[in-house]
Formats: sequence, structure tokens, C-alpha cells
Amino acid sequence: MSERRTLFDKVWDSHVVRKIEKGPDVLFIDRHLVHEVTSPVAFLGLKNRNSKVLYPERTFATADHNTPTINQHLPVKDPLSANQLKALEENAKEYGIPYWGLGHQKNGIVHVIGPENGITLPGVTVVCGDSHTSTHGAFGAIAFGIGTSEVEMVLSTQCIMQVKPRKMRITIDGSLNKAVTPKDVALYIISQLSTSGATGYFVEYAGEVFRNMSMEGRMTVCNLSIEMGARGGMIAPDEKTFSYIKGREFTPKGEEWDKAMAYWKSLYSDADAEFDKEVVFDGSVIEPMITYGTNPGMGIGISSGIPTAESMDGGVATYRKSLEYMDFKEGDAMLGKKIDFVFLGSCTNGRIEDFRAFAEVVKGRKKADHVTAWLVPGSHRVEEAIEKEGILAILEEAGFQLREPGCSACLAMNDDKIPAGKYAVSTSNRNFEGRQGPGARTLLASPLVAAAAAVTGRVTDPRELMELETA
Amino acid sequence: MAYDKFNVLKSSAVPLPIENVDTDQIIPARFLKATERKGFGDNLFRDWRYHPDNSPKEHFVLNNPIYQGKILVGGKNFGSGSSREHAAWAIYDYGFRCVVSSFFADIFRNNCLNIGVLPVQVSPAFLQKIFEAIEKDPKAEFTIDLPSQTITIDASSEQEEFDINPYKKENMLNGYDDIDYLLSMKDEIEDFAGGLPL
Repeated sequence: MSERRTLFDKVWDSHVVRKIEKGPDVLFIDRHLVHEVTSPVAFLGLKNRNSKVLYPERTFATADHNTPTINQHLPVKDPLSANQLKALEENAKEYGIPYWGLGHQKNGIVHVIGPENGITLPGVTVVCGDSHTSTHGAFGAIAFGIGTSEVEMVLSTQCIMQVKPRKMRITIDGSLNKAVTPKDVALYIISQLSTSGATGYFVEYAGEVFRNMSMEGRMTVCNLSIEMGARGGMIAPDEKTFSYIKGREFTPKGEEWDKAMAYWKSLYSDADAEFDKEVVFDGSVIEPMITYGTNPGMGIGISSGIPTAESMDGGVATYRKSLEYMDFKEGDAMLGKKIDFVFLGSCTNGRIEDFRAFAEVVKGRKKADHVTAWLVPGSHRVEEAIEKEGILAILEEAGFQLREPGCSACLAMNDDKIPAGKYAVSTSNRNFEGRQGPGARTLLASPLVAAAAAVTGRVTDPRELMELETA
Repeated sequence: MAYDKFNVLKSSAVPLPIENVDTDQIIPARFLKATERKGFGDNLFRDWRYHPDNSPKEHFVLNNPIYQGKILVGGKNFGSGSSREHAAWAIYDYGFRCVVSSFFADIFRNNCLNIGVLPVQVSPAFLQKIFEAIEKDPKAEFTIDLPSQTITIDASSEQEEFDINPYKKENMLNGYDDIDYLLSMKDEIEDFAGGLPL
């Protein structure tokens, strides 16, 4: 084996159980996260084959996608949703899988609770029937989303069959400007690469910008890897990573910790390791970002205008269809556009740092009267921190209410649907047609941009509000 | 789950010349509440296909009886977004056995291969020729030959080869799935797991 290996090579190669000639690798999965929406048919398959879950202790289940975010103590009203939740609860019980359902103290969005509980660790492989599993790559794990057939494979054999992806490194140095958050960095990358620019690749993020980022910021960036088409993205673990995971419930302890550290310290790309593709950006040119179209690649600096169809490299018809759906015009300024809804939450931006950022802007201000705001913490632990740190008081003073944890309006499977034709500034990850409800129009942005929109009722540069404070 | 074997498919095709068709369009999230794999074809492209009052949108291609067939032809970057296998199920359940595009999103491509829908990636120029052939004659037939890995526009005999992993090809030809393979190597997997650090 070559001495010059990337971080990705090191983790992938150490998990290959068997290499099939001219075929995929049989890859061992250390951690399998399960939720109610993509698992029922996999459990059915397991039953039909009379199989069992090979390693229940490597499997963790939660309810998040299809859950209400108010009155979680009451029975779930929608019978189909209730049935799906019941199915997961019963399957977890039957196969001996830990299940953190509605009301459980550890309940929350699957990609928020994995790291919180020390399930996500450097150098492990993590899968889940959800494309944003890439989030866990922030810890130096190989983490990616899978389909339901593969969920069944992992339940019954703890393995899947995958062709090893190619490797891309995205390096960003330079210092970020004021009010430029990890979300903006990710939206910037996607706007440059497009939603298919990294398809077929696994990304490693490198450089000063990512080194300086908090673990939560790294999670936001890795989370959005899938939106550039990549299977996943990862960042080499460092002291920040180790201090984040230390002492968490499922993190190794004592001698096991020392043993693990010896492995984790080897997890970096060798100096002369080769990538199939290298991309370099300058962090200092990034502005707070916002999207104007119907895929996450259609993002611009907030003070820019909407590009013209002629300037796009791609189908003009598809581009115009997208703007028509949004009811925007080529060349329009984004600043000042009236908005109706604000959504703070999701596996992308539903962590405590996101609520801190949002509170920083709305503190001492009032929510605009015509704006409906849904603030949804990523987990009960985030919810507790919001209260304990005094953020709840700030939010309530400004006219906001907090909802209960879940995926909520990010995919609008529950009742949290943005009405047709309405504009929502969302901290989530996808602005596809109808993603947040049939006919809903989504503008993806950071928690700071969302907060500025929530108090002004319009697309607003958060720097304007933040500068007033420092002036 | 077992699926029909795929060998040679000769069929007309349904054109969807839109780029970046994401899995939320193929099957919106609100239709993912089932606990069984049944009836997803009814909601394939739900919001492009039906008005909010459930009446069909006349101009959408699936509501135009001129276009029929087991092949769906989409624009570049087909199947991006969510990992929901329900998207592939909806396509299969509706009656398609093959999706043709000039570029596929990763997870969607894998999901298709796992359930018996053949993703055929062609060059942008050939994709254009396919759209033109359908425009000229909506009943135009295409031959997708998996053993020889070729797609042919029958009327003009224009042909292009496509790639597929040899292991996956074998599976599609025989209707096998990965789970049987993995179950057959369980002892090896358990030995391997014993030697892992975490």
C-alpha cells in the first residue's frame, strides 16, 4: 500500500472487509443511525429474510423527520406519521436497538444527537438513510447517506457495497469577514462548484478557515457536502475534535481512550498525498450568502444581484423555470425583498452556536409583525442550553417562541409547512421547489441573515444591524 | 426485495428535458409516510403532475398520453438531493425500468441499481439526439441492451455505449441483490469486526 495516503484513504482502507475484483468494496460500518422514515421497509426486508440485526450495539434509532414540533407530549395527530413512529419503536424493541423517541431526553435530529452523545468519532464509518449524514465528517469520520436497501444491508450485515469514490480537496485560507459564518462558506463553495460539481468525489476540507472553525461550524460545512453532489466531506481531527468528544456518553474512556487516540493521531492526509481534484478558494472574498433559486448552487453574496440567464453555464430554460417559480427577475437585487417566514433549525443550523448567533442579532429588537418565525432546536440538549444560557429570554423578549426539536420545516413532512407562494429565509439545506411545503419559496442563508430578516421583514445584510451595535 | 431481471429493453420513452431534477420533485417528502413499499408510483412527480386540488396538470408529460414507455429520459444531474430510495421506488412502481440522463447524482444511481432500475448515462450530445428523436416521433423506440452495454435510437440506428460496474451488471442481469452476497460472507464480517479499534 502506498505510503502517501489521504485522510479518506486511511479511514476507508481500514474498513474494507473484502475487495471484489472489478466490483465494489465490502465496507464495514461502525455506526448506523436509524430514523423513522427510511427504515420501515428495511426492517420489513429483514423480517422477510428471517434475518436479525447483526450488531444492535452499533445501531442507534431516533425519531426526527416526521415528528411534530409542538405538543410533543400529546399523541401524534396524523395517523400515518403516528404509525411510522410506532413502527420504529416496535422494530427497535424487537431487535434490541437503543431508541430515543419523542419525549426522550436524548431525542433530536439524528445528525445533531450523534455528535452530542459521542456516537460520532474520528476514524469511524457512519451511515444513515439520510443524505445529510455527511455532517459527521466534521470529526474525521467517513459518513454518508444511503438508501433503504442499504439500510437493510447494514442492519443485517453491518456492511454495504460501495465503489471507492474519488478524492477532492477543497482548501480555503485567508480570514473570513465579519458576519461570514460556516454556512456562508459552504453556500459559497456550492455556488462556485454547482450542485453536481463534486459528484463522484469524497471531499476533504483543508486550510486555515476550517482549522479555525468550531466543531459545530465544521458540522455545518460537512453537512452541506451533499449539496455539491459529494458523497461526503471530512476534516482531519485535531485538538478541538478531541476536546469536543472527550467525556461524552459513548466516547471511549480510560485505556480505550488512549488506544483510540493513538489511532486518531494518525488521521491526516500525508504531506504528499495525491487527490484526484484540488480546489482552492480565498476565504477573504466571501460575503454573507443567500440563495435566489431552486437549488443550493443558486447562491450569491447578499449584496449582489440575481445573475442573468446568459451568464449561467447550463440550461437557460431550467434557469428561467427556477426564477419563475421564485417569482424573481434576472438582475433583481436580493436586499430589500420582502419575506414572510423565517426558519431557524435543521441538521445544518440547529445547534447552540446557531441560536447564539440568531440571538446576537435580534437582541433588543422586535420580530417584524408580518413575519412568522419557527425556531426549532436540533435536540433537547440544544433546547436546554438555549434556556440555560439566557438565549430563550432574549428570543422571547424580541417576540419569538421556541418550538420542540425535530427536522420540521426543512423538509416539511410534519405540519410545519411554508404556505404556497410565501418566501421563507431558512437556515436549512435545500431550496428545491416545494421542499418546505407545496409552492413554498425558500431562501437559504445563515442564522445571522435569518435573524436580520426576522426583525426587518426583508432580506437584510446582517452587517448593517451588527455595525449599528458596535458603532 | 426481488426485482425483474434486466436484459434487453426495447421501448418508447417519456422525455423530461429539465436539469437538476431532485428527489423532492420525484417524490415529495409528505408522501414518505408509508411503512411498506406500495403505491409510490401514484405520487411520482406529484407536484409537477397534479394541481393542489388533485386535478392533473395538462401540460406535464406524464399526463400526456402521447408519451408512453418504460424509459424515462431526464436532463443533466438527475436525482440530486435527498437519499430517499422512495424516488427510485416511485419510478419503478410507475412502470419505468430505465432512466437515461447525461449525469446522475450518486446516491440516486446506487438506489436505482439496488432495486432494478437501470441508470444509463449518455453523452450530452447523445441525450440531445434522444430528445430530438422523441420530439420528431413520440412513439420512437430505443433499445437498451445491458449485455452489450449499448443504447440505440432505433429509427436512426445511432448508438452509444454506457458504463456499468461489472458486479452490478451481473446483479441486474440476474435480479440479484447485494444483501444475499453480504449474508453469504457473514463469518468473514464478524472476524473483521473483532479486529477493529472502535
